[in-house]
Amino acid sequence: MINDIMTLLWKESREVLEQGGRRGRYTPLIFLAVFGIFMPLQFGRDMIETPVVLLFFSWVPLFLVSSVVADSFAGERERHTLETLLASRLSDRAILLGKLFTAIGYGWGLTILSLMVGLVTVNVVYWSGAVLLYPAYIALGGVVLSLLAAGVAAGAGVLVSLRAATVRQAQQSISLGVMVLVFGPTLGLQFLPAAWQTRLAGWLSGANLTSVVLGVVGVLLVLNVVLFVVVSARFQRTTLILD
Amino acid sequence: MTTQAIHTFGLTRQFDTVRAVDGLTLDVAPGTIFGFLGPNGAGKTTTIRLLLGLLEPSAGDAQVLGYDVRTAAAEIRTRSGALLEHSGLYERLSAQDNLEFFARIWHLPAAGRQERIRELLTHMQLWERRQEPVGRWSHGMKQKLAVARTLLHRPELVFLDEPTAGLDPVAAAALRDDLESLAEQEGVTVFLTTHNLAEAERLCDQIGVIRRGRLVAVGAPQELRTHSSTPRVEIAGSGFDADVLSQLRGRSEVAGVHVDGDRLIIDLKRDVEVAPLVSLVVSAGGAVEGVHKETATLEEVFLTLMEEQAEA
Repeated sequence: MINDIMTLLWKESREVLEQGGRRGRYTPLIFLAVFGIFMPLQFGRDMIETPVVLLFFSWVPLFLVSSVVADSFAGERERHTLETLLASRLSDRAILLGKLFTAIGYGWGLTILSLMVGLVTVNVVYWSGAVLLYPAYIALGGVVLSLLAAGVAAGAGVLVSLRAATVRQAQQSISLGVMVLVFGPTLGLQFLPAAWQTRLAGWLSGANLTSVVLGVVGVLLVLNVVLFVVVSARFQRTTLILD
Repeated sequence: MTTQAIHTFGLTRQFDTVRAVDGLTLDVAPGTIFGFLGPNGAGKTTTIRLLLGLLEPSAGDAQVLGYDVRTAAAEIRTRSGALLEHSGLYERLSAQDNLEFFARIWHLPAAGRQERIRELLTHMQLWERRQEPVGRWSHGMKQKLAVARTLLHRPELVFLDEPTAGLDPVAAAALRDDLESLAEQEGVTVFLTTHNLAEAERLCDQIGVIRRGRLVAVGAPQELRTHSSTPRVEIAGSGFDADVLSQLRGRSEVAGVHVDGDRLIIDLKRDVEVAPLVSLVVSAGGAVEGVHKETATLEEVFLTLMEEQAEA
């Protein structure tokens, strides 16, 4: 089983890098340049020390995962490779986990890498005589949050990709979902009554940051489990062939 | 447990109102090449999908290599190779990576993997271009690579959907030779669909003809030709007068006689020796210059079967 998942990862990672030809190969580098160099240059030490960076840890994997996950099944179907894959000896579970882990690995890996590059950038440019590191709660929270966020994005993305007829259709649905998830809460807050907004702001300013992070981690964990169960139920060879 | 490579009994698959496969009962012996013929939409692809366990049968039973398609489909897929309707190649990847991926899927040992890939690519005359993305290749080259991928893990049974489609005549002939040698020397069972009836006639030990999901004929090519058509004798010469015709019509094995220019055409009721008929013509005054006995080609048999089924 693990060998089979690794085989899928091997193939998927090659396909992700070849996606879009030469441009596809440079996408991770462009991402690292923006989030590992440009943004830390703009925000300086705040990029390392303030809890706001946790939002970055949570949101960035969504964009990264969504850029590759649409292709997972819709792409195989569109390019007529799905049936041959399903006719192989690979189990349903190995195929599904291989696809999920590729998307998660890409999103999570690049997020962590960009944060490490960002750390180096800030230390080099804003050197103050001592090495600056992420506070432990930000580092730990960030690693866990970005992993769980990547998991949610991958689960939801695979679900959409399983049902979509084309990659474009899957990309549109996933992009819309990410937009709603990222900008929805911000916009939604504007429509809350002023009294509610004040109460919420008061609660947030008084809340224990660790509790908030743990709460978010809990919600994401539940979402991961629910999505995995739904995706596993949806992924059936005999129905995929008919789609 | 059946000793057949493939055994189906009343295999049926219903899609809403359409019965794609309808009560298919079939046996394919191990180490033989079975040709599955039928017009587009006849149910050939659905049958292969059912045999690979990619679709659930609506009714009936099927065992492939002794495994039930409902309960042991994974075993069937492990022991089979399949070239389906599309080549199923990853066009962004190179030929080498395509085969590497499937070699890993089938757990080919790392030591022998590269050797096997090299052997197949060299045999298919693709070795020199192994590093190119497959998307840049011609259809024929992709088809050759897809065949190589199907045979990579030395399966006991291969399903080939139109394997020679898009191949040039030389490559198609080479593939036919390969398939023959696979069946004869390595005991691999080959289940192939093709629209090339001459190819099926030349290659297959057994042929099944399917139309609208129903098996309308099955047998060796020679059997199909003789059972589904009347043999005919053409005698070239002169002096084929009424007396000759009358004597021939009196024979029990003769279904009909007519003269077409300088040719005497005798339709037979069954496959019989021609010499007595030629002797009769000569003794009745006919001058014989040449004799040609013909049976219907597989293509004629196929077309006749299709017409009969359409009328039915």
